[in-house]
Amino acid sequence: MSDILAPGHTACAGCGEIIGERVVLEAIGKNVVVCQATGCMEITTTSFPTTAWKVPWIHVTFENASAVASGVAEALAQQGKKATVVAIGGDGGMMDIGFQALSGAMERGHNILHVITDNEAYMNTGIQRSSGTPKYASTTTSPAGSVLPGKGEWKKDILMVCAAHHIPYAATASVGYLDDLKAKVKKAMEYEGPKVIQVLTPCVPGWGTDPSKTVSLAKSAVETGIWPLYEIEHGKVKITHKTKELRPPEEYLTGQKRFKHLKPEHIAAIGEHAKANYERLLSLETSSLQLF
Amino acid sequence: MPNQIIEGSQAVAKMVRLCKPKVLAMYPITPSTHIPETLAQMKANGELDGTIIRVESEFSALSACIGASSTGVRAYTATSSQGLALMHELLFATAGMRLPIVINVVNRALSAPLNIFNDHQDSMSERDSGWIQLYAGTNQEAVDMTVQAFRIAEECLLPVMVCMDGFYLSHTYEVVDVPDDIKGFLPDYQPEHCYLDPNKPMTIGTWAMPEPYMKLRKELNDAAEKSVGTIQKVHDDYAKAFGRGYGDGLIEVTGEGSTAIVSIGSVCQNIEAVAKEKGMQLVRVRCFRPFPRQQLIGALKGKKSIIVIEKNAALGLGGGAMFHELRSALKGSDAKIACYVVGLGGVDVTLDYLRKVADSADSLGDGEVRWQNE
Ligand SMILES: Cc1ncc(C[n+]2csc(CCOP(=O)(O)OP(=O)(O)O)c2C)c(N)n1
Repeated sequence: MSDILAPGHTACAGCGEIIGERVVLEAIGKNVVVCQATGCMEITTTSFPTTAWKVPWIHVTFENASAVASGVAEALAQQGKKATVVAIGGDGGMMDIGFQALSGAMERGHNILHVITDNEAYMNTGIQRSSGTPKYASTTTSPAGSVLPGKGEWKKDILMVCAAHHIPYAATASVGYLDDLKAKVKKAMEYEGPKVIQVLTPCVPGWGTDPSKTVSLAKSAVETGIWPLYEIEHGKVKITHKTKELRPPEEYLTGQKRFKHLKPEHIAAIGEHAKANYERLLSLETSSLQLF
Repeated sequence: MPNQIIEGSQAVAKMVRLCKPKVLAMYPITPSTHIPETLAQMKANGELDGTIIRVESEFSALSACIGASSTGVRAYTATSSQGLALMHELLFATAGMRLPIVINVVNRALSAPLNIFNDHQDSMSERDSGWIQLYAGTNQEAVDMTVQAFRIAEECLLPVMVCMDGFYLSHTYEVVDVPDDIKGFLPDYQPEHCYLDPNKPMTIGTWAMPEPYMKLRKELNDAAEKSVGTIQKVHDDYAKAFGRGYGDGLIEVTGEGSTAIVSIGSVCQNIEAVAKEKGMQLVRVRCFRPFPRQQLIGALKGKKSIIVIEKNAALGLGGGAMFHELRSALKGSDAKIACYVVGLGGVDVTLDYLRKVADSADSLGDGEVRWQNE
């Protein structure tokens, strides 16, 4: 049993986000302070007067996890206390409404690990579109209809945006590859300063999938190149899970209700976009270019 | 150097340094900016112990203070107007989390239209947030209130706003006594109820279902109402230690007369002069939250007529917040109560104007509201 997060929380069966959050924190260990944004993880673990947390944990509002963490980190340092400070939130909490706080905290250089548990929509409020929602996904605010095929825009490239703050370490991860995730957390902890890890965390009700498929989907996202696993260490890109040949996108897309309406041309566009992105990362890696 | 000619903001900053906050968040907004600037210069000169976080917004300023305060240290910030409004969501969270954060609010009008000058709309609009609100009448009082605020906050586990008028106080140079040493008056902050420490894991800031939610909000209200006693005690202790007091700590009554003027903030300096000329009484409200109901009822007993002069407007209701609250507190009294809304966006409230207000006492109807520019 985890000595970080107690059972009895109310996350859905097959929730990818709670796996991601637990595994990140287990990799860190108990000497931690967790600063959580509003969202599913806050709601499912802390209904007053109960808590599932066995480590110090604070939640304030939706859009300020990284700003709260700034205060925590500096106050602990003032007291000579050493602990890993984690700011953690969903794609909404970190990539949209809390992005300013995240950017500010990165720019100021506080020693914080910022974690985005990315389930690709505002799930806590019932599956609304965020900047992390992939193109063509149907959500309640970007529904597929007879004219519109779901979300109209590509997903925000938040990792590059974060890396452009010249932080020492930024990485994607997936709950399909937990060893990779843990290794990245450990690596991030070796660096002083701001670090960012963006973890793909499938959402059973939000994606319209079977609870038993969370991990295999999170793997398939990687194998199709739709969610490449890579890190940017001091501005240099390295793909941490290489795929000789990307699997066809439909392997990942079919079986998810949010993509059920896709026509072949949409699937092809997603495949091309993923391939181009993967090849761009590959060429960045082989060129050893110092991006930032 | 206790007695000195000093700008209000700088005097307050000196007192803040003596209070030794461990974390100070700062973000510029006129007219509060001189306070963080002064503190930043102290830091640059090696004269300030606390860590300054130069945040990217007032929202993050208060967020960082909440994070810092939750680890068990003293946290501080200063702001005005739009900055305070941006913090709105967090003001309620701070009080609900019972974190004793202190903010110097340098009062300024709220947009629109944009206006940098003084009125009280910014802090008055946050009166139901659970924060204690103290309003300074002079720079000396702003300094004295700032140290009192930390002690009140930490004893009551409630956040405190020390409100001082933009420009009239913040940018004015006058003689202020800034003590060199306050050690005995403000003990180290050592919380037991609430701190983030890996050696003693605690969950802070949960959500709550309706029953526990309402129970906690009631507890918060009771704590806020009860803080009246602490505010007075801290004020009295300070008066004893430093030889300076202000009425009973909640309100300050000067002069006598069957007509009373009730007001708040630095405009009371002018009102006091006019009240004296006209044989009226001034009741200056120092503490607007908790609302000093009993003290006001006591002070205003037997008055024929009461004029509330204030720099905020409850739009759509007419009159200012204090007027409406005072009327409700004095329900059943024979006094005629009227209101002047003055000074919005920095309109000068001159002695001549105040004389006209005083002279209008007999012509005012009960419940009547007049605006300065009407
Ligand atoms: C200022 C503000 N706006 C909106 C909300 C409503 N809200 C609460 S959680 C949430 C969605 C969270 O989405 P995300 O950050 O992706 O996390 P998830 O729930 O998917 O884990 C929203 C919109 C809020 N709490 N605060």
